[in-house]
Amino acid sequence: MVRALAAIPFLIAVIFGGFFLWGLDPDRDPNDIPSVLISQAVPYFALAQVEGLQTASFGRDDLMGNPSPVIVNVFASWCVPCRAEHAVLTDLVESDGQRLFGINYKDKPEDATRWLAELGNPYERIGADSTGRAGIEWGISGVPETFIVGPDGTVLYRFVGPVVGNDAVADFRQALVQAGALENEAGG
Amino acid sequence: MKLLATIILLLIPMSVFAVEPDEILQDPMLEQRAREISKELRCVVCQNQDIDSSNAGVARDLRILVRERLVAGDTDEEVISYIHARYGDYVLMRPPFNATTAALWLAPFILAAVSLLIGWWVLSTSRKRRTSVRLSAKEEAEVARYIEAKKAGEP
Repeated sequence: MVRALAAIPFLIAVIFGGFFLWGLDPDRDPNDIPSVLISQAVPYFALAQVEGLQTASFGRDDLMGNPSPVIVNVFASWCVPCRAEHAVLTDLVESDGQRLFGINYKDKPEDATRWLAELGNPYERIGADSTGRAGIEWGISGVPETFIVGPDGTVLYRFVGPVVGNDAVADFRQALVQAGALENEAGG
Repeated sequence: MKLLATIILLLIPMSVFAVEPDEILQDPMLEQRAREISKELRCVVCQNQDIDSSNAGVARDLRILVRERLVAGDTDEEVISYIHARYGDYVLMRPPFNATTAALWLAPFILAAVSLLIGWWVLSTSRKRRTSVRLSAKEEAEVARYIEAKKAGEP
């Protein structure tokens, strides 16, 4: 009985050690907030067109009944990581034939227009979320954020932050494969 | 008196730290309710702050949203559940009790119970040990004899 007690400090050390090991895991992101939107229907929102852009706007209804999944990207011209992410998204549209919708978050129309003129416009549709209210409906915590919406209007995946770098792009492509938007790529 | 006034004046700006003048409602009752609700909601950018004290853009948007819902006639609970529906349990400073948060709520009580149990066990076993090491009559006699011999041996 008393000998069993001697194991307690060891047990405590193991529990705390395990906790610290978990805390030190570089893949663990303490800022990661689980999204309540996953496997839910797209929230209600309807956005106006960005002034000065030819690209049509969209709302909840435009995400329902698409033939294939759609990538919805929240971006802004003032957001520096968005600039880096832009090339990745353009590549997904041009090389992989993905459909990309954009929510222009709290941006000035003229800035957004200039930004897209400079970098190119891969977006099929762009909605202007000047108040950030649509962003709240989507539960975003900042820009950029990228969602994959299934053909029936179900949110399948959420990526917080820029889809930049090999790991992030690989994760995102994997999510696209799971959504059925990409063919399974062998080692690609 | 002057010192007290200075301290109070210095403390006032702290208490209205993040809420900007253009956000504040005309109706002081509604504003008071908005402040109380804001203290219950976590900022999703700077996660150890409530939205009432956070300067983040999203926190400001949420504060404005809270006030809009209140003006529209929502109850406090309706406002909180509106934001809860969009941001999940995470946004509540006091998370509700459910399957995923059960460990969070129950762990302190379980740990307290376990430590009490261990403490009780340690104390009760040590008491038993003390009674078991009492000397037998034979041993007592031997000790007495030894002491006697020692006394006799020394002047």
